[in-house]
Amino acid sequence: MTQPYLKFEQIGMRFRRGQMSTEVLRDIDLIINKGEFVSLIGHSGCGKSTLLNILGGLLQSTTGEVFLEGKVVDEPGPDRAIVFQNHSLLPWLTVYGNVAIAVDKVFGKTKSKEERHDWVMHNLELVQMAQAKDKRPHEVSGGMKQRVGIARALAMQPKVLLMDEPFGALDALTRAHLQDSVMEIHARLGNTVMMITHDVDEAVLLSDRVVMMTNGPSATIGEILEIGLPRPRRRLELATDAEYARCRAAVLEFLYARHRVPVRAAA
Amino acid sequence: MPAASKAVAVSPAAAVPVPGATAEIVTFRPPLRPVLERVGEMARHVAGIVLPPLIVIGLSLLVWQLLCSEPGARLPPPTKVVSDAWDFIVDPFYDNGGIDKGAFWQITKSLGRVGIGFSFAAVVGVALGVLIGQSTWAMRGLDPIFQVLRTVPPLAWLPLSLAGFRHSDPSALFVIFITSIWPIIINTSVGVRNIPQDYRNVAAVIRLSWWEVFWKITLPATVPYIFTGLRIGVGLSWLAIVAAEMLIGGVGIGFFIWDAWNSSRISDIIVALAYIGIVGFLLDKLIATIGHFVSHGVAAQ
Ligand SMILES: Nc1ncnc2c1ncn2[C@@H]1O[C@H](COP(=O)(O)OP(=O)(O)OP(=O)(O)O)[C@@H](O)[C@H]1O
Ligand SMILES: [Mg+2]
Repeated sequence: MTQPYLKFEQIGMRFRRGQMSTEVLRDIDLIINKGEFVSLIGHSGCGKSTLLNILGGLLQSTTGEVFLEGKVVDEPGPDRAIVFQNHSLLPWLTVYGNVAIAVDKVFGKTKSKEERHDWVMHNLELVQMAQAKDKRPHEVSGGMKQRVGIARALAMQPKVLLMDEPFGALDALTRAHLQDSVMEIHARLGNTVMMITHDVDEAVLLSDRVVMMTNGPSATIGEILEIGLPRPRRRLELATDAEYARCRAAVLEFLYARHRVPVRAAA
Repeated sequence: MPAASKAVAVSPAAAVPVPGATAEIVTFRPPLRPVLERVGEMARHVAGIVLPPLIVIGLSLLVWQLLCSEPGARLPPPTKVVSDAWDFIVDPFYDNGGIDKGAFWQITKSLGRVGIGFSFAAVVGVALGVLIGQSTWAMRGLDPIFQVLRTVPPLAWLPLSLAGFRHSDPSALFVIFITSIWPIIINTSVGVRNIPQDYRNVAAVIRLSWWEVFWKITLPATVPYIFTGLRIGVGLSWLAIVAAEMLIGGVGIGFFIWDAWNSSRISDIIVALAYIGIVGFLLDKLIATIGHFVSHGVAAQ
């Protein structure tokens, strides 16, 4: 029996605020294979970010464990690099500096200064940001900031790349462009990716599987949809593809027909 | 609009392609018009900034002159200020020994005190601010105390520090220190508390050590706040030093004014006030400019 690459086991999460205690997540079981691209979709406030942050180690689950290559995840680390929704670049560092701060820390002992420089540049080139390396975050567009955030995460050579609505704040054109970049990079590097999104098309286009979450409180995984579309995928061709339309309809159906109104357990 | 009409005349010629003939003209002439126009525009822009204050100053001087010209006026008019204080204005570098020195030496002495007292306040204030900002408990405990202490007027500290130090010079430094440290502490700690969670998350993911977080995240993220505190602090120290010097005596622009009052040199006082104002303004601009560069343009200038 082979050990699963990434495993969520009976994850539950409760937030306590004074006397109040709300159960946000319950009974989350999920196995993700190496190299798989998994999207997490669900209505706002259902606990997607909470789940991602538990995997990222930024939050501790109340019950259950996450295992990465058999080891329990209990703190943040570069093997689970995160691309944050609002890019979270450090404004006093240049584009280069924002990637270098991670590379220098993660590979400070294993790579020489020159190798680290090359590695920073390599990752900036991967997201087509090498030419803007000396700009500061406030001097580049939102899409470019997000690219740098992706480069910073990729540069850590994470086992799993976590993305929390990476394109949420972008306009449709920039978003499509970045989605293509991410698909290309995923094809090239074969990363394992877990991405949160609100966008049904984005989920279907990018993912191998779409994990759909029920409404909170006490949200859990409602359904998992396999996207059988062959790669490389091209958005124009898919627009008329029957399988694409079926997947898209399935996600829409889940989100808007079955889980439109928050389900409240009769107490 | 001579520049513009010239450009209209030139552009058709430039648009006609004459192979290999007018390359020089084509590349040289078009920039000429923007340059001329830009100079004019800049002159207008500068005039727009410089003229209003000049006019206001001129009018104020005129009103002052009119009000104080009649016989029996208690304060001298501008013309008399200039003629009375002429020696003081034209030779800031004279040194007749004792406290009889030119404006330059008086101001330098005061600035030196501010420099020392304020530097101490900056170092201690930022360090305390960072410590307090890191800990909710320290913040809750110390903040009310700071909020009370910061409202104590500079001079109220002087007797206490004289009692403690027994010498006037360290007492003056202490007054500057204690006056300017509060805004530095308070702003720094607010800055530390306001560091976005995102930055801390980034630090956590790449596993920066405590020390690295301090140097690479906390300090740079707090720089704009620190400089807001430093700006308020330097203004307060300049206020404090002039007042403190009046009481402790010796060389310094503050005692110079007091001395001038005792010898009824009202014109010298007025000139000294102008100098104090200008120096205070420059100090503020200096800190703001440093802050602007250190924070890479994030701190307001
Ligand atoms: N630190 C916290 N303390 C208390 N409650 C929290 C905390 N963080 C999140 N919650 C609650 O947990 C629930 C899930 O939050 P979460 O941010 O994971 O939702 P989400 O699915 O990512 O939503 P969105 O799509 O809007 O980002 C929300 O109801 C939220 O109010
Ligand atoms: Mg979220």
